[in-house]
Amino acid sequence: MRIGVITFPGSLDDVDAARAVRLAGGEPVSLWHGDHDLKDVDAVVLPGGFSYGDYLRAGAIAARSPLMADVVAAAGTGLPVLGICNGFQVLCEAGLLPGALTRNSHLHFRNRDQGLRVERADTAWTSSFTQGQEIVVPVKNGEGRYVAADADLDRLEGEGRVVVRYVGGNPNGSSRDIAGVTSADGRVVGLMPHPEHAVEDLTGPSTDGLGFFTSVLTSLVGAA
Amino acid sequence: MSADVTATPHAADGPADAAVRSMPDLDTVERAAQAPDTAQPFAELGLKDDEYASIKDILGRRPTTAELAMYSVMWSEHCSYKSSKVHLRRFGDLPKSDALLVGMGENAGVVDVGEGYAVTFKVESHNHPSYIEPYQGAATGVGGIVRDILTMGARPIAVMDSLRFGAADAPDTARVLPGVVAGVGGYGNCLGLPNIGGELLFDATYAGNPLVNALCVGVMRHEDLQLAKAEGTGNKVVLFGARTGGDGIGGVSVLASETFDAEGPAKRPAVQVGDPFTEKLLIEACLEVFAAGLVTGIQDLGGAGISCATSELAAAGSGGMRIDLDAVPLRDSTLTPAEILMSESQERMCAVVEPDKVEAFLAVCAKWDVLATVIGEVTDGDRLTIDWHGERIVDVPPRTVALEGPRYDRPMTRPADLDALQADAPPSSSADLRADWLALVSSPDGADKSWVTEQYDRYVRGNTVLAQPEDAGVLRVDESSNLGIALALDGNARFSRLDPYTGAQLNLAEAYRNVAVSGAVPLAVTNCLNFGSPENPEVMWQFAEAVRGLADGCRELGLPVTGGNVSLYNQTGDVAINPTPVIGVLGVHADVRRRVPTGWRAAGETVLLLGETRAEFGGSAWASVVHGHLGGLPPRLDLAAERTLAQLLTRFATEGLVSSAHDLADGGLAQAVTESALRYGTGATLRVEGDPTAALFAESGARVVVTTADPAAVRAAAADAGVPVTELGTTGGDALVVEGLLELPLAELRTAWTGTLPALFGSPELVVSAVPAGTVPTS
Repeated sequence: MRIGVITFPGSLDDVDAARAVRLAGGEPVSLWHGDHDLKDVDAVVLPGGFSYGDYLRAGAIAARSPLMADVVAAAGTGLPVLGICNGFQVLCEAGLLPGALTRNSHLHFRNRDQGLRVERADTAWTSSFTQGQEIVVPVKNGEGRYVAADADLDRLEGEGRVVVRYVGGNPNGSSRDIAGVTSADGRVVGLMPHPEHAVEDLTGPSTDGLGFFTSVLTSLVGAA
Repeated sequence: MSADVTATPHAADGPADAAVRSMPDLDTVERAAQAPDTAQPFAELGLKDDEYASIKDILGRRPTTAELAMYSVMWSEHCSYKSSKVHLRRFGDLPKSDALLVGMGENAGVVDVGEGYAVTFKVESHNHPSYIEPYQGAATGVGGIVRDILTMGARPIAVMDSLRFGAADAPDTARVLPGVVAGVGGYGNCLGLPNIGGELLFDATYAGNPLVNALCVGVMRHEDLQLAKAEGTGNKVVLFGARTGGDGIGGVSVLASETFDAEGPAKRPAVQVGDPFTEKLLIEACLEVFAAGLVTGIQDLGGAGISCATSELAAAGSGGMRIDLDAVPLRDSTLTPAEILMSESQERMCAVVEPDKVEAFLAVCAKWDVLATVIGEVTDGDRLTIDWHGERIVDVPPRTVALEGPRYDRPMTRPADLDALQADAPPSSSADLRADWLALVSSPDGADKSWVTEQYDRYVRGNTVLAQPEDAGVLRVDESSNLGIALALDGNARFSRLDPYTGAQLNLAEAYRNVAVSGAVPLAVTNCLNFGSPENPEVMWQFAEAVRGLADGCRELGLPVTGGNVSLYNQTGDVAINPTPVIGVLGVHADVRRRVPTGWRAAGETVLLLGETRAEFGGSAWASVVHGHLGGLPPRLDLAAERTLAQLLTRFATEGLVSSAHDLADGGLAQAVTESALRYGTGATLRVEGDPTAALFAESGARVVVTTADPAAVRAAAADAGVPVTELGTTGGDALVVEGLLELPLAELRTAWTGTLPALFGSPELVVSAVPAGTVPTS
């Protein structure tokens, strides 16, 4: 299975995302923001980082890069897309996911090993988990506070579109402890924590993050 | 008064217009020869009378305004090392090391770590800018050292920071510290470099003069090494990266080379402003042009900007160089040629490129949205010439700018107060061991540093094996072989204040031990020497003694010094900082999976102390925190014992004999076991023999606490090596108990240890979860 990892100017965790894809058993494929070429990949990861230096708004400029037009079109026909941290911000700016990520409530960048509860174990990116499973994955962001209008939050909760939620403390003041959300069809997922940093015992606080990458490989096999 | 709306706005002028308008005032080489007696503001630029006279001797005429600007920045203390060079020669006299591929004098030293990999690492100060503008000062400190590493041809892979501030509760510390931490984090995080460790210490002598020392480490294949050299007549000089602006003009000559005084003018414009996004693009573009073989020489632009890069490239090569200064892309078209030469605008690099490779070079830069401009070429003469709109404004022998600056063998005197200080023996008996223990671990120096380290990304790139609060940062270099490196930075200034010769060696010993504790074999040394004014003979003596100590220590441990940085004039008025030689040691892990962490995870393991404890309290954290005392002599140095201990620790790691190891340093055994216990919430019951104050709080060197499930094997290995072993007790429980002396519940210790920095600098509270599990409908 070929999983594309997009590099925008200022992407930082693209090497990590590619490694995670490889460790999960997939074939990572580098995608360049300036090309209109998805290289026939079976799914796409938008990695973490500071695309365009977070200038204007985090993710705002990257969301308008040439390749994102192709990603938006492909997502419309069911291509699985995962946005991690800055990638989540890009997906919100591109209109693929609802809500916005704003400055952390305490105004600090914060990096810690974060408890998460998997609220939806039936999306393209979370099917390796069980409903309600608690996992530990690093979180690291300065603008990771998920916000949306109350009515929108109620609707997201009602439709079951909150994918992961912070437990053991909310690191950035996100509304309703939301760490990640999904599209209506469960194919596009965005989350602030970094599953690609929890894929090896040697370097991560756990290997819980691998589940996001094995999930998409399994769901692609199931679809094939 | 109303604005004159009919006038042409200045900003609408093109650079050419602005230049032409200013041409009548342009100080050309020709004019300098014709008008030799024109008064020049050399003193304001930081040059002394005799230095100005020797520039005239070199040129056979007075310098032009632009030449004066170049000499003034390049002959500053910061760039020329004019007060320190005569002492730093000691490092060059150390025996040759097979591991050293590139030594002192280049942008950073390069060390062979095996399997065809080379590692380059260096630590550099950005102290003065960080006091004036904490965020940008610290941020550009990180940016500068990262470019040094990049210039060697390496991919930067991690950063560390060694920080010193005034008293933790001083109002100015609350201004400076949060900005510095946010700046180190803001720049490093945005570059995608994990921060793997460092130091944060407080002392009143740093009030008005904080220390911000940033380390960067990079890795490359041996064949990827690049040199800062302009070779090949006709090769093009390409300036790439950010545009040149008016920031940082005179940063090195004014900020880093003079003492602040309260009445001086505001120096904010002399601090550079960082743009880490541009630097990230610059890194990727550089690595791509290196890989494609498009570069024959490369130099970063840091202190002294274009003056430094062009004169150093030309001085290191065999020919000359011609530069068209008006080709330099500007952020501000009103800059004068001298200002362009002195500007320290960040995120710029200068490359020497063969003519037929220029197109490919520019294409790579365009791919990464990096501005690149040909500004000149290598010539076959021996002069560096710079033109401004066709007029020659600089014509100098480049070596006289870059390499042959003034050198001073400044007068030195042993500080007058040192005998009294050393005779003032520290207290040696605790009235309340429990209270002293809590005071130590809750003191700003001893307290948990998560408030700082949570603001740094330690995960990016996915190769961080150990990071702060471990004794050393450990990185994986090769994913298939698990080859890795370890790095530690240490700089105890109290020891150096009491005896700079021994203090520098104790710092070396501590960093060496910290690398060994992780299981690595120590390989090479870097340093950042932070001292007061070299014009004060007592400070100069401290500096010379510290250099002598470090050189002697490296000789005894068999380690090369790969490079370093000197920061002088760290004083406010007449008050110099405590001498602060910060020492970095690099080690190699043959297999990072064998790394040894500091924390205790399992109950029921045996806790052993390796090394010998003596009642040594001079310069100790206990004497400082509990008694406000600094006096006596620092602990005895025993480098032979350090070496034996390090070899034993490597053996433990290789054979998997210990589950944890933690160096004993500031705060002695009490501090070390507190950190090991709180890491994963595992207590211990311990026994100590002899004088309990010494057992718990003395800071004797060459000591490490280990835990093991196989104490017999550890004892046997230690006996082989001749390292003394004392059994302290057993891990387990939710308290640290020292039998017959005290009991400290971990909860109480944790509160004391973690509360200090948030109480001082504000608490980024976690929001307690309000959404219980199972309340969300699922589809």
